[in-house]
This record gives sequence, C-alpha cells and structure tokens, in this order.
Amino acid sequence: MPDTDSSHPLRIGFYICHCGHNIAGTIDVASVAHYAAALPHVSVAREYKYMCSDPGQELIQKDIRDLELNRIVVASCSPLLHEHTFRQAVEKGGLNPFFFQMVNIREDVSWVNDNPAAATVKAKDLARAAIFRVSHHRALDKKHVSIHPDALVVGAGIAGIHAALTLANAGKKVTLVEREPTIGGHMAMFDKTFPTLDCAACILTPKMSAVRNHPNIRLLSYSEVKVVGGYVGNYKVTIRRKPRYIKEELCVGCMECIEACVYKEGKTPDEFNQGLSKRKPIYIPFPQATPQVVVIDPATCIEFKSGHCKKTCVSVCDRGAVDFSQKEETIDIDVGTIILATGYATFDPKRLPYYGYGKYPNVYSSLEVERLVNASGPTAGELILRDGRHPKTVGIIHCVGSRDRNTNRWCSRTCCMYSLKLAHLLKEHTEAEVYNFYIDIRAAGKSYEEFYDKLLEENIHFVRGRVAEVTDWAARPSEEGKLVIRVEDTLIGVVRRVPVDMVVLAVGMEPSADAQDVRRMFNISCSTEGFFLERHPKLAPVDTFTDGIFIAGACQGPKDIPDSVAQAGAAAAQALTLIDTGEVELEPNTAYIAEEFCSGCKSCLGICPYTAITRDEIKGKAFINEALCKGCGTCVAACPSGAIRQHLFEDDQIFSEIDGILADDNLTTAGVER
Amino acid sequence: MTYLYFPGCSLRSTGRAYEESLLAVCRKLEIPLHELDDWNCCGATAYVSIDETRAFTLAARNLAIADHLPQPDGSDPQILAPCNACYMVLAKTHHFMESNAEVRAHVSTALHAGGMTYTGQTRVRHPLDVFVNDFGIDRIAKKVVHPLKGFRVACYYGCQVVRPFSEFDHPVYPMTMDRLVTALGAESVDWPMKTRCCGGSLTGTIQEAGFRLNRALLKEATKRKANIILTCCPLCQHNLECYQQRINRRYGETINLPVAYFTQFMGLALGIPAKELAIQRLFKPPLSPAPAGKQEIHAHA
Repeated sequence: MPDTDSSHPLRIGFYICHCGHNIAGTIDVASVAHYAAALPHVSVAREYKYMCSDPGQELIQKDIRDLELNRIVVASCSPLLHEHTFRQAVEKGGLNPFFFQMVNIREDVSWVNDNPAAATVKAKDLARAAIFRVSHHRALDKKHVSIHPDALVVGAGIAGIHAALTLANAGKKVTLVEREPTIGGHMAMFDKTFPTLDCAACILTPKMSAVRNHPNIRLLSYSEVKVVGGYVGNYKVTIRRKPRYIKEELCVGCMECIEACVYKEGKTPDEFNQGLSKRKPIYIPFPQATPQVVVIDPATCIEFKSGHCKKTCVSVCDRGAVDFSQKEETIDIDVGTIILATGYATFDPKRLPYYGYGKYPNVYSSLEVERLVNASGPTAGELILRDGRHPKTVGIIHCVGSRDRNTNRWCSRTCCMYSLKLAHLLKEHTEAEVYNFYIDIRAAGKSYEEFYDKLLEENIHFVRGRVAEVTDWAARPSEEGKLVIRVEDTLIGVVRRVPVDMVVLAVGMEPSADAQDVRRMFNISCSTEGFFLERHPKLAPVDTFTDGIFIAGACQGPKDIPDSVAQAGAAAAQALTLIDTGEVELEPNTAYIAEEFCSGCKSCLGICPYTAITRDEIKGKAFINEALCKGCGTCVAACPSGAIRQHLFEDDQIFSEIDGILADDNLTTAGVER
Repeated sequence: MTYLYFPGCSLRSTGRAYEESLLAVCRKLEIPLHELDDWNCCGATAYVSIDETRAFTLAARNLAIADHLPQPDGSDPQILAPCNACYMVLAKTHHFMESNAEVRAHVSTALHAGGMTYTGQTRVRHPLDVFVNDFGIDRIAKKVVHPLKGFRVACYYGCQVVRPFSEFDHPVYPMTMDRLVTALGAESVDWPMKTRCCGGSLTGTIQEAGFRLNRALLKEATKRKANIILTCCPLCQHNLECYQQRINRRYGETINLPVAYFTQFMGLALGIPAKELAIQRLFKPPLSPAPAGKQEIHAHA
C-alpha cells in the first residue's frame, strides 16, 4: 500500500469536464472516462459538462459520501483557475482537500491540439499519471499567518496619493514614500486634463494637501525604499531618507532663503519644468509642492562644492531651518501590505533621431509643452519658442515611441487624448494652425470621442499617417526657416511636406528606468515590456504573484488619470480585504527539512530566492520559514543529502506520476503501488 | 583576422578608384585581405525581383565558398563587400537562408547539385564597419599624418548599407562615416540627406526621376557649405559625380562638388600618395595633394 493517512483501501473518483466545447470539442471525453474507469483503484469515472458549476461540485461530494471515495482527480482546465474550487469541494465532501489532483486538459491539450485522436491519447496519459500520483497524496494541514494592519504605499503620484488616502480614510495607518522632494508625480506637471479641460493642479492639489494633513498618513518625501524583507502580512521595510539640508519640521516654505541665495539667477535646469527654465541650488519644485519645504541640491550649492559660501540662506531664515550637517536617515517599518504606484517614464525622443529632438530647438516633447502652456511654467503660459518666436503653425506627431516595432510595440493609450488636448490649448494660446499627424485616433473613454468631435470643429487639421521625418531641408522657398514634416497622407495617398514653426512629439509611456530593480526588491514580476505584471490580466489586475503586494497606476501599464485612480482604489480595497480579514491562508506546497538527514551544510541557504531558509545554530540544522517559502523546489533539488522535501512534491508522488505517464496505454490492472 | 575580399563587378569597372584606394588603405593599416576564390556576381537588386530562388542561389554560392575558409584562429569567415549592393544582397541572402526554411531548402539543393554546401557561418561586412569598429577609430586617428583640415564633408551612406540590415549603425541617421572623417581632422556637415536615395539605376532608365533625386542631394550639400561629398558605394559615387553638369543644365543650377570615396579620403589623411588612391580617376579631383614637407592638405577654396 502507498503511504497514506487512511487505513481504508484506495477508492479514487475521476471526473472529466467538457468545458462546453472547449475540451469536448477536441477530446473524446467519454472515451477518457471509460479508460480511467478501468485503471487500478478507480471506483468511479464520470464526465460532466461543467465540473466547476455547483452541480458539478455536488457530483464529487455525493460520490465521496455514497461511494466512500478517498482520492479525487479532476481533468479540466488550468489549476490556476479552479484548483482552489475543487479543493474546497473535496473538503466539503469530508475529505482532506489535498487528497486531490487536477489535470489540465484544456490549456495543455485541447486548446493546443487540432488532432482529436492525438488529443484524446494525451488526455488519457495525463489522467493516468494523475491517478497514479493521487494515490500517494497525504493529508496536509492548512496554515495561516496574521496580517499587520499598517500599509506602505510606494510612489506618490495620483495613483499612490489616491491609494494612500483610501486606506487612511478607512482608518488604516499608511506610510507613503516618494522619491522626489514633492508628491504629485507627473500629474502635477500637466496643465489641463482631458476631456473636461479642468486644470490638473486644481483637482490634484486638494488631494496633495489632504495627504499632508491626514492623521493616518506618514509622508516620507525625498525618500526611497532600500530593503524589503518578510512575507505577506509581515513585511519589514527599510526606507532611506535623503537629506534635504532643511529641517522639514521647521520650514514653512516662505522661500526667503531662495530669494537670499548668493545665486541671483538660477543656473541649473529645472527638473519640474523639464529643463525649460533654471533653478537655484536651493529651491522648491513648484508653487503647490507638498510638503511645502525647501530642498538644497548639494551638486550645485557653493557651500557643498567649496565650503566658502556666505550662507545667506542660513542668516535669512529666522526659524533656523537650514542645516548643512543633515545626514541621510534610515527608517525601519513593519507593514502587512504594500501598494506599488511607482509610475512610468516618458519615451526619450532622442532615440528617434529622424524627428530631430535635441537637434532642432523648436522640436518639443509633449511634457515640455505641458509646462510651456502652464501659467506657472517657464514662460508664465506664453508660448515662446526656444528661438524666441511665436509659432504660427504647429505639428503634433502622435505615437512617438509607441506602436513601433523598432522601439515600443504597445499603444501608450494616453497620447491621442493628450495630443487633442494640447492641440486645443495651443490653438487657444496662439491662434496657430495646428496639425495632428496620427495613425489612428484612439478616443475610447467616457466623453473622449465627443472631445475629438469638438476638436474637428475647431479647425484643427488631422493628417493620417506616421511621420517619416522632421527636417530643415527646405525643398522650396516657402519652407525656408521652417521645420518640414514629411509624411504619407494615407487618406489621399500622397507624400506631403508640411512646413511648421513648432513640432510637438507625443511621447509614449515606458516602464521607469529602475523598474527592474524595484521588481527585484519587492520580489514581483514584470511582463515582457517591463511593466509590473498583474496576477491575472482580467480578474486580478491589481494583485501580483507575491501575496500582500499590489500594483496601481502606470507602473502596471500605460494609463490615464481616471484609470490610474480606479486602479489605486481597487488596490486599496484589496489591501483592506487582507487587513480586515486579519489572517491569510498559506499554500501547503512548502519545503520542509527531514532533520535526521540534514548535515547543516548550508548549501540551501544562499540559493533560496525568498531567503526563507536559515540555520538553526543550536540544532546545527537548516530551518525553513513556511510563511516565506513559495514552494519553488530549488532547495529540494539542491540538498546534497536529500534532507529537504516538499509537500505535494514528494519523491513517491513525482515518481508515480512519471510511471503513470510512461505506462503502457493498454494498462488496466498493473499495480499503482511502487 | 583575414577578410575575404569580394570586389563585385563595380570595383573592377566604374568603381576602380574605390578598389585601388581600399586596397591601399588596408595595406597601410596592415589589414590582411584575401580575394574570395572563384566569386561570382551577387545578382544585385535586380535579379531577386525576377527570380528569388535563382537570385539567392547565385549569391549563396559566394557564401558557400567562404563558409569553408575559416580564419587561421578558427573563427568564422568574414566577407568584406565594399559595394553597398553586394553588401546588402549577401547580407539579405544570409538572412533569408537563416530564417526561411523553404528558401534554404531550395538553395541548398541547388548548391548540392554543384557539389557545394552552405553552412551559414560566414559574416558579411562592409569596410566602413570594419575600419571603424574592428580596426578602431582611435587607432586610425593615431595614424593620421595629414589632418584634413578645411574640408567640410557631406557623408553620404546611400540606402543599402544601413537598410534593411542595420548591422552597425542607425538605419536613418547613421554616424559611422561622420565619426571617421572627424577623426581624420575634417568637419562633418549636418546633412539630412545622408541615407536618401541617389536614384540607383534610374539615372540610366528613367533619367528625369534619377536626376531629380541627385539634384536634391547635391543642392542641399552645396547649401550646407559642404566642399566634398564622400560615399561608400560605387553606384552612389557614379550618380552623384557624373551627372552634375547635366543636372545644372536641366535645372539651371550651379552645382560643382567633388564626390570621392571615403577610402580615398582616409588614404590621404594616412599619407598615402594620391596616385595610389586613384585620385586622378575622379572627374573632379577634390584635393590639392600636399606639397612635399607640408603637413596639411587643404581643400580648394
């Protein structure tokens, strides 16, 4: 007899699902059921249209009661979808939920096979392997861990702000970490928002100050997460606070120190204004910056560079907030859940030299134009080009770094709409002729198409075609001194040359430069394009494969403001669910140490990707923290003395599964036992 | 590293100046070349539009010969194809042989009939790539004895050397030659036409179209105050150099620009005598060779 917890003889129930036509359209399910019924220890084999339905589950439970089944095999879809469903059904029927094995004959067989005969043979092979395997399954206990009620939100753009406020309003303590000196992210740089044209700052700054003043939110600006340890419900996070050289608790943001700086004019490109203006070494990023606290940039400050500054900033501050001796600080916190809202990067248009960005001064990125038309921007909202002129014609080029096999293949989703918005604003500010060069206009959002319609009536020009190049090659006198946009107008089938004064490149959205580092630190995954990977693209869009860590906003993929906010709310709700449940059930497929064989050699310690293994120095043996173990099996394979084993992946279970796969098709009565 | 030199048809006819200067420069830089034994026509761009399988077979025969001539150190053979058309056609053949099982099967069968086998080991290289990336731009700069001050160079790459196979530079705005001429002491002109079409064989077939394209290139180079155009392709050089007077007559222009091979330009900077570089074969000799003892070469005013 195999090693089981039951003294009864093995009685296996086998169930094969039609999944409508998904499985039964390719596999002869009746034949598989008939075949399984004749295999050793199989007491019953049934087919059913939808095993996951209530009647399907009831079928299993009834058989367990009536036929005294003690092992269950279901051949249906991927375990990712319904393993949990069937384990619950088995448990309700009165068995330990791990006396169950699932066979994936949909994704692994019927969907990828168009030969019914071959598919049926493969389904039989897989069913046989599962039936052999399940005989060796053992009863396992479910394990739980408690959830720390505090949460961490990383990134304070609109998504992070919204998630933090949602959690805080629900009474949870939130630590909000932002890398920049101010919160607000990209949204704070935008002028107006589409399609309503309400000003970005007007709708964002109330939320920023709510963050600042919320008793449940601890805001750590100019800070970065450095180390993340622990596991769901019990994360230990180390945060590095960069020195501002200003005492945050004393500064009131009066900006007198900035006035008093020995630099009379700014000399450093202003990051917030995309380098279109200059700032001093002591500065505040923008008028509504939150916290309203000054910051000193040691790379450009004379005191830091030479040590011989008059330090007028210090003498003018009657609150004594300037502190050149400030050091980096490290803060350790315990949280149960983490929401990552680390945002995106804009595509660097220098990667497409034929659009002339960085070469022709009047070629701008869209983010620069947001600042240029903004009332608190570098020109106070007056549209003055880099060469001092006012544009009479403007060309907006769509899909720069999007929908392009040479750069990024994805649609950045926001560029059509913000290009329409910028077209409207440019027209409003300058009365210029505005051309949009587009591939398709993607205006799929509430009131978006109507906005496009409105622009068509504003005499904005639309040319359908991907622009080939922006050049200063003047082929005719009318093009002298202009930038010429060369494009195939695909609606009339000719190549056009459109001379303009200003070019706006609608740059796409990309993963942040350090997305891979962040991914590793939080132990989550990225999809092929480099955005953080959700647990399921449709049904778990804010979960990750690491329990207790959620994603929100454009770090998961290109998103506009409404979608980012919606996702941030969803991520907060998922975190709240965990927090309010108070505990979480762990997967039982963890590795464990058979101590009598462990020599304490430590081979397993370094290779565990989850740092779940430590060495018990008193016993001289390895110790596996079950809450940290993800069941990857690396240590099991690596242990030189075979002392590490894994629940649900025991040697006898795997070997009998292999025996099952390799056994003769015609096998009916050969033994299941090894 | 020995390169298997593939002259193609042009370098022994209209492109003699290219061959002579290329060989002279390789001798000077001690880059060993060995002419590919029994090479044949690459088929150019025309043949593949008539019969793909035969065109690929014709070109693949050259690759198959090279496949069995590994380097002394055992590394993969490298064909040096100075003509842009040869370079692109050989690279394209290699690409299709590696990525298209049907083409490979047909071509291999044909080669087998002639007792040949294609293995795919050979790499196809252009001299511009080899000089700048294999030999190294810094090493070239150190060997310059006559810095070419006063030259404002419009670097013309043509279409085929970076498209569709951008093996060593950007497909639309390459900079390899610009970096090279800067290292030789000259100034490269910002010129948006560097990969725009020279008309190819249109100058011989539909002259109106060919001249119009060449006119745009020459006019813009003149406007940007270039005093020489450098090319890396025999057909480009021919088109840009030979039709200037007819273009002037037809369009009422006053274009008068020397058009040379980049290898000739390199050779002058490296101190190779003008005669060895076949400067005299150009219609419009651009250069006043340095008087004895003088360390710089100057462009015509």
